[in-house]
Amino acid sequence: MAATTHIGRSTRRVDGRAKVTGEAKYAAEFNTPGLTYGYVISSDIAKGKITKIDASDALSLPGVLQVFTHENAPRPAYFDRKFKDDDSPVGEKFKPLYSAEIQFSMQPIGLVVADSFEVARYAASLVKVEYKAETPETNLRKKPKGHKAPTGKTGFTPPKSRGNAAKAYKNAEVQFEAEYYHMPEHHNPMEMFASTVIVEEDGKLKIYDKTQGVANSQTYVTNIFGLSKEEARVINPYMGGGFGSGLRPQYQLYLAVMAARELNRSVRVVLTREQMFSFGHRPATLQTVSLGATKDGLLQAIKHEALGETSRFEEYTEVVVNWAGMLYHCDNVELGYYLRNLDTYTPLDMRAPGSVTGIAAFETAIDELSYKVGIDPLELRLKNYAEKNEFEGKPFSSKELRACYAQGAARFGWAKRPAQPRSMREGTKLIGWGVATGMWDAQQQKSAAKANLSVDGKLVVGSSTADIGTGTYTAMTMIAAETLGLPLDAVTFKLGDTTLPVAPLEGGSWTVASVGSAVKEACEAVAKKVFKMAKDVKDSPLSGASFDEVEFVEGKVQLKGDYSSGVSIVEAMRAGEVNFIEEETTTMPNMLKQMQYARNTHSAVFVEVEVDEDLGQICVRRVVSAIAGGRVISPKTARSQILGGVVWGISMALEEESVLDHHFGRFMNHNLAEYHVAVNADIHDIDVIFVEEHDDIVNPLGAKGLGEIGIVGVAAAIGNAVYHATGKRVRELPITLDKLL
Amino acid sequence: MSTNVTQQPLGDVAVALPPLETITLTINGTQKRLQVAPWTSLLDLLREYLDLTGTKKGCDHGQCGACTVLVNGTRINSCLSLAVMQDGNEITTIEGLAKGDELHPVQEAFIEHDGFQCGYCTPGQICSAVGLINEGKAKTADDIRELMSGNICRCGAYVGIVAAVEQALHKCQPNQ
Ligand code: FES
Ligand code: FES
Repeated sequence: MAATTHIGRSTRRVDGRAKVTGEAKYAAEFNTPGLTYGYVISSDIAKGKITKIDASDALSLPGVLQVFTHENAPRPAYFDRKFKDDDSPVGEKFKPLYSAEIQFSMQPIGLVVADSFEVARYAASLVKVEYKAETPETNLRKKPKGHKAPTGKTGFTPPKSRGNAAKAYKNAEVQFEAEYYHMPEHHNPMEMFASTVIVEEDGKLKIYDKTQGVANSQTYVTNIFGLSKEEARVINPYMGGGFGSGLRPQYQLYLAVMAARELNRSVRVVLTREQMFSFGHRPATLQTVSLGATKDGLLQAIKHEALGETSRFEEYTEVVVNWAGMLYHCDNVELGYYLRNLDTYTPLDMRAPGSVTGIAAFETAIDELSYKVGIDPLELRLKNYAEKNEFEGKPFSSKELRACYAQGAARFGWAKRPAQPRSMREGTKLIGWGVATGMWDAQQQKSAAKANLSVDGKLVVGSSTADIGTGTYTAMTMIAAETLGLPLDAVTFKLGDTTLPVAPLEGGSWTVASVGSAVKEACEAVAKKVFKMAKDVKDSPLSGASFDEVEFVEGKVQLKGDYSSGVSIVEAMRAGEVNFIEEETTTMPNMLKQMQYARNTHSAVFVEVEVDEDLGQICVRRVVSAIAGGRVISPKTARSQILGGVVWGISMALEEESVLDHHFGRFMNHNLAEYHVAVNADIHDIDVIFVEEHDDIVNPLGAKGLGEIGIVGVAAAIGNAVYHATGKRVRELPITLDKLL
Repeated sequence: MSTNVTQQPLGDVAVALPPLETITLTINGTQKRLQVAPWTSLLDLLREYLDLTGTKKGCDHGQCGACTVLVNGTRINSCLSLAVMQDGNEITTIEGLAKGDELHPVQEAFIEHDGFQCGYCTPGQICSAVGLINEGKAKTADDIRELMSGNICRCGAYVGIVAAVEQALHKCQPNQ
């Protein structure tokens, strides 16, 4: 039998074959006879009212079934709470086609349904709309005054201050203060949002939806349309990237279900790339960081204040400034977080929300301080190392950040760094080195899973979670196979289906910790039953043993380490006269234990940039990312997660910005030609190090999650390297070449 | 072998729609006679009418490369081509690269080097890489980076993609 220890061993993605052959199907790819196509009409204005909408030309086109607008669309639910989802901020919910009012640019104002995609698209262009437009306000910086973010049932932790930062800052030997800003960004997963709603013969809906949580989409649909769970099954086996954009059901889901119910036809609605800029985005934030320190670099005072944007109807919050109170030791910390309402759609969690932008500013400020006090930026960080989480006043469940600094620096060759900016060059290229720290949460959520072991030794495990490219299929298969001592190919992991046990949203880096723990527990429950049967086998070598004394390896259960003692799973189940064993479990985090600790992942990012002295062009030549993320379950996909995070960091630092025309209140570069993301030629050497980190607190697997930590810190490290190369500090992301000239 | 596929008949017309045209395409080795509307892109023909959903739509504007297929061995963005423009041509999509169970060396290399995460850009990346190898222009990793830059991978799997294409390049053109 093939090896049955898998955790920590590099293995190919179990869904790799499906993905390289085109067999993997995404939400818009489930075809069915008689399928109709919905095409969304988007508002031309950002604020005002529709005064007239004329769909007569569109309706006269052969093949057009209906044009839904606010004039004729149903309003299936009245209360806001019906439109709530697992990731919605406090506030009123946007309800598509409910009224003539326009609240943001490209708001969906109509849906054409036709029997072909081309006819629907053409018909949409024939719908004439007249508006009464008002002047939108979309500029966060125009009036940088905000209000306090709401707390309560939102899950938002308001920043806590400690000591007296104002006084300590005033008295500090060295003072530094600066303002930082970054542009809004859009997730832009490669797959556009899509829902295919299939009306089955019995009238039930089978909904293929692009989502990071099928359960979330199902709740949304059933609440709004008054359906039972049986009447609306949501499925999503593959997802072409999410990065947070799939944490909330998007409006194509509502529109597709609405149309399918009204017309009693199967409907597919796919957004266009332009429309991908019409819902959530990473909000712009304006931040101020003040640091007070002794001459030899000990932090005396930290002040970090951020103003973020949100829509007029929901109060979107993210944790931007709290990190400043956790990253370093400092007795006097003052934090502030404010919101301002603008005429855009509500922002939406985007990879490492809050942390990636807050830490980008804060870690730049730390770098700036290092030059002020004349201490190497890495040394400064080590000098102020936080031994515990001073924000929560708790010890860390584990924190191997020192090892990240040491191993990253060694791999990078940091010791050879000249202190002075502009001191390395190759011809017309200025070279610079920068470093930054990253931090994210290690959370576990309640999750359920089911395991079914059949007498032929095949194991099927399921949970309604998602694989958005993160490697969930692979990691769960490995955990399940290892728990029952089976080879990987004996195990099938199923996900993305509301008929499976409920998992939390796929986000926040908690999937391996949450679903993985549930998978382990379900498989252990099966193992216990197998063990009982194995004990009852005639002349069983395990008869006197307890469950703790045995292990599952190579298809059998044996006394630990004793390969001669085993009873095979098949033999045990035959003796027990069962064809299969099925167990479903719901796993809760051990809150009592966990609450006593701060649980976080950490990283140290080292970057080398090259800047063309004449053209200002920046190239990130080398990145070393050292990660302390607990136990690594699946090294190959884990490395890809970090590589992807670093690529996102490069993209964020140098390219990404959703440019608003404040006159129209519209994102002008709403396509992939003008909204730049990193392409292959932008990416060079990236080296990922996972440092050893043991953690018995975070969850039974000891894995902390790696989806977000890879991006955090990268933008600051790049900006710091650019400063080291050029002597020029850019405090506005992205660092485009015009800002260097 | 050849099959006939007709788009849904359009019924009585009040506003004129373009009449269907008949074309012949060889798709993944199978010749097909098709009746298509002149406004149907090659990409939509594959995905919506022929159920060949392996080819992806990421922008519909020639900006992302997700829709890359091979036409007579040359890589193109299928969203930028009308199906009727390809009359008589040989189209290879991701579904046509493997020989039975045996994967194409580029497919194999993508799995080995984990040259993807979500997999949505992957069929386009792989077809593009096959086209690149056919072109014979890429010699170094830097060439690959440059010549594969028409294929965006939002997951950021570029390190794995370059490693995979490099390996496949040497396998397919051993004297390079
Ligand atoms: S879909 Fe054709 S290039 Fe993007
Ligand atoms: S693998 Fe997700 S976009 Fe490339």
